[in-house]
Amino acid sequence: MVAFTLNGKRVSVKTEPATPLLWAIREHLKLTGTKYGCGAGLCGACTVHVNGKAVKSCQIEISSVQGARVLTIEGLSNGATHPLQKAFIAEQVPQCGYCQSGQIMKAAELLAKNPKPSRDQIVAHMNGNICRCGTYNRIVAAIQRASKEG
Amino acid sequence: MTTMTSLEKVTSLGNKVSRRGFLKGAGGLTFAVSLGAGGVQFLTPKQAKALVGHTDMSAWVRISPDNTITILSAGAEMGQGSMTSVPLMLAEELDADWNLVHLEFAPADPKIYGYTRKRRGRMTTSMAIVGSRAVMMYYKPMRMAGAQVRKVLMQNAAKKWGVPVSQVRTEPSVVIGPGGKRLTYGEIAGFAKVPAILPKVSASELKKPRDFRLIGKSLPRRDIVGKVDGSAKFSIDVMLPGMVYASTVHSPVQGAKPLSWNEAKLKKLKGFIGTVKLKQGIAVIADNFEHVLAARNDLEVKWSKARAEGYNSEEALEKDYPKKSADPKTKAKKIEARGDVDKAFASAAKTYAADYRCDYGYHAQMEPLNAVARINGAGNRMEIWEGTQAPGRSRSGIAKALGFKTGQVIHHQMYMGGGFGRRSRTDYTIEAALISQEIKRPVKMIWTREEDINYGMFRPQTFQHLEAALDGSGKLVGWKHSVIGDGRRLLTGGAKIKKYYKVPNQLIVEQKAGKHGIRTKHWRAVAHVFNVYAIEALIDEVAAAQGMDPLEFRLKNLPLTAKARRVLTKVAQMSDWKKKRPKGRALGLSMTERSGSLGAEVAEVSVDRKTGKIRVHKVWAAMDGGIIVQPEAALHNVESGIIYGLSSVLKERATIKGGAVEQSNFHDYEVLRMADAPEELHVEFLDRPTKPTGIGELGNPGIGAAVANGFHALTGKRLYHMPFTPERVRAALKS
Ligand code: FES
Ligand code: FES
Repeated sequence: MVAFTLNGKRVSVKTEPATPLLWAIREHLKLTGTKYGCGAGLCGACTVHVNGKAVKSCQIEISSVQGARVLTIEGLSNGATHPLQKAFIAEQVPQCGYCQSGQIMKAAELLAKNPKPSRDQIVAHMNGNICRCGTYNRIVAAIQRASKEG
Repeated sequence: MTTMTSLEKVTSLGNKVSRRGFLKGAGGLTFAVSLGAGGVQFLTPKQAKALVGHTDMSAWVRISPDNTITILSAGAEMGQGSMTSVPLMLAEELDADWNLVHLEFAPADPKIYGYTRKRRGRMTTSMAIVGSRAVMMYYKPMRMAGAQVRKVLMQNAAKKWGVPVSQVRTEPSVVIGPGGKRLTYGEIAGFAKVPAILPKVSASELKKPRDFRLIGKSLPRRDIVGKVDGSAKFSIDVMLPGMVYASTVHSPVQGAKPLSWNEAKLKKLKGFIGTVKLKQGIAVIADNFEHVLAARNDLEVKWSKARAEGYNSEEALEKDYPKKSADPKTKAKKIEARGDVDKAFASAAKTYAADYRCDYGYHAQMEPLNAVARINGAGNRMEIWEGTQAPGRSRSGIAKALGFKTGQVIHHQMYMGGGFGRRSRTDYTIEAALISQEIKRPVKMIWTREEDINYGMFRPQTFQHLEAALDGSGKLVGWKHSVIGDGRRLLTGGAKIKKYYKVPNQLIVEQKAGKHGIRTKHWRAVAHVFNVYAIEALIDEVAAAQGMDPLEFRLKNLPLTAKARRVLTKVAQMSDWKKKRPKGRALGLSMTERSGSLGAEVAEVSVDRKTGKIRVHKVWAAMDGGIIVQPEAALHNVESGIIYGLSSVLKERATIKGGAVEQSNFHDYEVLRMADAPEELHVEFLDRPTKPTGIGELGNPGIGAAVANGFHALTGKRLYHMPFTPERVRAALKS
């Protein structure tokens, strides 16, 4: 049994300690905004925050988040009101949408520690997140917009 | 038929989109129309029953007394925005207030919700959203249906006021009568009667483009909010009570069948439930997905022999294909034959020839293939949740595999985490259905990313030989193009050039490389990717040989269609073609054609001569897709196509050794990442008054030649094998 805080609520999961956090969040706790893309730390679709840091949840064993604060896309804001979410809507970023939770969570980490990132800093920070639909330019535009509009 | 219990929760599609309601019991006005071969028809319950076997069907349009309008969307949504733009066309002619319109996915009944098209000489209906068809195919019938419903509303209002229908008009969701009388659509729905036959509307009664309120204006896509707050549901997100998990393991050698496997060992695993033998693999089933993964790891299967055994794709492409291509005995099919090619080449002042190669391509849609299936207790009804590009075909295919009638399969369309042509074949959904049927439980079946690649269906690899003949004045008068590979109906798209270059003497052929036993499939514009690359690269080579600028050569020496001239001129202006570029950068130009649309693309490239890495900094694209129904979404679509195409041009290659795919995940099947994306994408539409043509796959075919031609402008070297990997680039630089 592993207990942690998920989007501000205490939760516990009964499963093997080595279970990837991704599957615990999605299938055990049924928060499906976090996505499975590769299971190998290569795409970023599964990005969540653990104690404020963006991690690839497919690469994290559930036992390691005991007592931690985990934040998923569902907990980022109430009603898509986070500046990044507003900016992603304004720029109409998503295509298929499957990578977007991961993109937004990864970008949220950036803006939290660097509210005015340069284009190069954005690209360097986001490069681990694949968007197969090729929304990269729109993502950059949305992050810049969120950075400006806060 | 379908019950709504608990499904509402699992499949609600996020912002403003609810599950479909049903005619039965729904208040207000409902319009059950079919878009069948005879145009738009009003359907009586009896006719509906005859078509789909039941009467409680959804209506295309439902107008409630509370003034909301529900329109079904037959636009399968994989990011291209069709879910919004298809029903929007109906709303346009209905003159609906778009803010009052709710959207729901149309059920998988092509006879009612499909578009009609000619296929092998016969009119058929289909809901397949492939080949950029959604807006193009639904443009006319959706508008017609909207206009008919509007007419019913006007007739009812006119009758109520006792005035002729010619004296009423509409504003968004309101009918206006003489003396400023007004009735909202909702008010009319409260008393109106729907006639037995929908009133006819002639094409001339449809709105003129200048009167459009929705078409041509960019409206927010309805799927966006759910995709930024995590609530948008894909099939992989569906949860059912009592659901178990499964994953299929297929043979590494494509096409081999399972003979025996170590079930006894798996039985000892925690949470393991069992296995199901499928035609092409073994499905392992467990209580949760981590236990499925453990079982996958421990599963050992003995496989049958298969045709693919011993097939080596690199060897085939390097040696066999060129040999077969040059051999007149190789089976060949004419794609286009005009004029007298032999004579044109014999009397030509100059001739040119070049060979081009292109590797296998994998879809790499972001959501690994998966489906959820639930058999009922009696074992005679299957419920399916999947994201599919072809709901109709999928539903009947599932029924056939189960030994059911189509009506016994209840189908729930979900968002697709990418389609790109892979999701018009639902072999994975059939697996989920067969598993559920056998174990008599609801199941979520997920292929791992590794499985998705291993058992992929690929854009075929090809070898192409092209020749061009110029007359004494340098005009292109002869054209030969042969493409060879193994891929049924996947090799010739885009090979015809008559829509932009009207060369008088042409011979275009497809040659068969023989069967390799490797699964092949449509892939965003498929054959256009390699054909357009080869065509446009050779044109560039011929231009250079004349000492001419490639744009000037196209404009002066090629028999261009008017459409081609317009997009070329436009892209030249957008990119400021003649302007000097920063040191170490150069421009490449290419035409691009797909699904009736035509475009021209310019890429600004640089290359790191040490590493061989090509970088594309900017892309300009001028596109003619006729009337653009949703400009913003269309723009994004073309941008998406450019990036998807560029990924394949610079990086992607699947190779097969001993019949087995060599790549397994994104570390060895690399796709374009943000750092490799161009810093600037500039896309413009020509805004022509012609009917809409395909947009979704228009961005990618041209980018290959644009990059290769830019590379030549920069280095004087040619790239003949796509993708242009650093290794190949270094070799070209040394040549
Ligand atoms: S699913 Fe975790 S990085 Fe791809
Ligand atoms: S929007 Fe489809 S993968 Fe990013």
